[in-house]
Amino acid sequence: MSTEQETIEQFTKSEYKWGFTTDIEEEFAPKGLTEDTVRLISGKKNEPEWLLEWRLKAFRHWQTMTEPKWPNVKYPAIDYQDAYYYAAPKKKKELKSLDEVDPAIRETFDKLGISLNEQKRLSGVAVDAIIDSVSVATTFKDELSKHGIIFGSFSEAVQNHPDLVKKYLGSVVPYTDNFYATLNSAVFSDGSFCYIPKGVRCPMELSTYFRINAANTGQFERTLIIAEEGAYVSYLEGCTAPMRDENQLHAAVVELIAHKDAQIKYSTVQNWYPGDENGKGGIYNFVTKRGICSGDNAKISWTQVETGSAITWKYPSVILKGDNSIGEFYSVAVTNNYQQADTGTKMIHLGKNTRSTIISKGISAGHGQNSYRGLVKVAKNADNARNFSQCDSLLIGDKCGAHTFPYLEVHNKSAKIEHEATTTKVGEDQIFYCNQRGIDTENAVSLIVNGYCKEVFKELPMEFAVEAQKLLAISLEGSVG
Amino acid sequence: MLKVKGLKVAVEGNEILKGIDLEVNKGEVHAIMGPNGSGKSTLANVLAGREEYEVLAGEVLYNGQNLLDMKPEERAREGLFLAFQYPVEIPGVSMSNFLKTALNELRDHHGQEKLDAMEFFALMREKLKLVNMDEKLLSRSINEGFSGGEKKRNEIFQMALLEPKLAILDETDSGLDIDALKIVSKGVNQLRSQDNAIIIVTHYQRLLNYIVPDFVHVLVDGKIVKSGDKGLALKLDEQGYDWVKDNVSEPVAA
Repeated sequence: MSTEQETIEQFTKSEYKWGFTTDIEEEFAPKGLTEDTVRLISGKKNEPEWLLEWRLKAFRHWQTMTEPKWPNVKYPAIDYQDAYYYAAPKKKKELKSLDEVDPAIRETFDKLGISLNEQKRLSGVAVDAIIDSVSVATTFKDELSKHGIIFGSFSEAVQNHPDLVKKYLGSVVPYTDNFYATLNSAVFSDGSFCYIPKGVRCPMELSTYFRINAANTGQFERTLIIAEEGAYVSYLEGCTAPMRDENQLHAAVVELIAHKDAQIKYSTVQNWYPGDENGKGGIYNFVTKRGICSGDNAKISWTQVETGSAITWKYPSVILKGDNSIGEFYSVAVTNNYQQADTGTKMIHLGKNTRSTIISKGISAGHGQNSYRGLVKVAKNADNARNFSQCDSLLIGDKCGAHTFPYLEVHNKSAKIEHEATTTKVGEDQIFYCNQRGIDTENAVSLIVNGYCKEVFKELPMEFAVEAQKLLAISLEGSVG
Repeated sequence: MLKVKGLKVAVEGNEILKGIDLEVNKGEVHAIMGPNGSGKSTLANVLAGREEYEVLAGEVLYNGQNLLDMKPEERAREGLFLAFQYPVEIPGVSMSNFLKTALNELRDHHGQEKLDAMEFFALMREKLKLVNMDEKLLSRSINEGFSGGEKKRNEIFQMALLEPKLAILDETDSGLDIDALKIVSKGVNQLRSQDNAIIIVTHYQRLLNYIVPDFVHVLVDGKIVKSGDKGLALKLDEQGYDWVKDNVSEPVAA
């Protein structure tokens, strides 16, 4: 068993060991999904009538849909009636100090370079008042509100800014969009909401870490980010620490709206539990992420580092509606052991002189299967659209697989589309060369793989990039030799 | 420093080295010459610890340690360096990042402080001069887009930086024009000292005009058939390997 698997397994086991305290307030909706479940969720959240109606429309539509079968992934059928869709937030048992935390988990934290306070937060140790992440978050919130930036949970936004939510919810990913997005629209639990007013450059990287009550957003997360004319925001989602959830299915929806001259940079590091080394357990991550450059000169940039989940199904996309708008997609997807990933992007060129860049780096190790699936579409009126795609696959060992499914739909003769694809193996020659200079095999693989991912990592915010590199090394531990 | 006794090595079931005895002491430069396919590169690679070589018999002592029990990175950290015949390209990994990692692994192994970026760059600049290399090469990916000559100079530059106790130069002269050959030789000669040893593996005598060996060994069909001083190399150059081959077969025939 690899060290990574041991760590993760011990992590998950120990989490069960700690168990959850039964909160007196805790409430479950009955198992299964009916209109009543949807009404109950909406009612618990005290939502306005229009939002309940929207959820119900989604639910009714979902009942007419079937699960997509086209992704290049295999998993047993999911019984959607055999699941809970609402539970009040659970509390983890609070520990008194980090000494009570499983040493294996602490080792992982140390490898990732996670600060002591962050370690405490992640493992549920009581944090003293001064460095409490809530108070940190409050400080950030004050700073943000000075600039007129709204940043908080989706539920808060529904209560405090219903007009904004009503205007933009479903405007990029309609409730009819696809099986999982429609399911999410009916039963979404919570998520993030972010609004940057006209001309404001958000003074800091926005991270879910700084969001109060971020711990239990649940399996159906909903995120909405709006950048008004000339605004700029960089948003970080996720966490490099291993994340375990008792819900196997995750179906999130993220919508981004960039108005004229606005720019949104969205970075993700995803490290959900990938299952054990035999492919048992693990999260199914079926996510719909899409942004629209609705005004001229807008720019949306997706950067993702996907190392976790048993199955990843995810295509962060950009609709390039405004003239001269820019869409970017930078991705590193790792599959080790029995992980499967079918991920890529869609760049929909509608406006004139629109440009898109796709850099996808797939890494397969163990029995991992990695597919890139991408669509570049140039509409009839999108004069002088340009796209550059580069899809590279790296294989470690001889039991894994890499697949590329590029789709092109070009309806305008002035379009310029370039596609490059490579498949390489981490060579024994390369590893031996490093060995001969005193670098052991694990570090050699890490060095080689990080070199391979460099073009993507340089798009990540600095600290995130450093963490992502370490995460990659841990994800691939034991995959060679 | 290095004692090889009765070393027999196979690659994919074929016996390549058929009983090698070799002793290399501090301050010595040994040349191992031989025709193509005689096992020269196999010897270099098996000493460096390459996996696909199967040791059938014999032992190798390196500063008193059993070399064959050590992992390749352990051998490197203990000061064994191989200048590769075909240096490999590693895209996306900068020379400077790679060498800083390597050097600090070595320093760490010997209980020395790791160098910070500033100290490291200062040291690199100094060592680059030795092989007339441009600093710009360091920001490029390992050997990627390097010319044949640049790759070989890069190997000697790494040797200068890592300061090995025992350096094995595997056909470092192949593919070098005369100017590059002089630069590489000059570099090696400056690194030559009473504290280290060098094994030069080569097909041609040419390199030995510039790096003058203390001992020359002729390897034919997996065995060292003749050892001598630098005069032996000159004789080989004049008369070719057939001369030693014939010489070898004589006692068999007799």
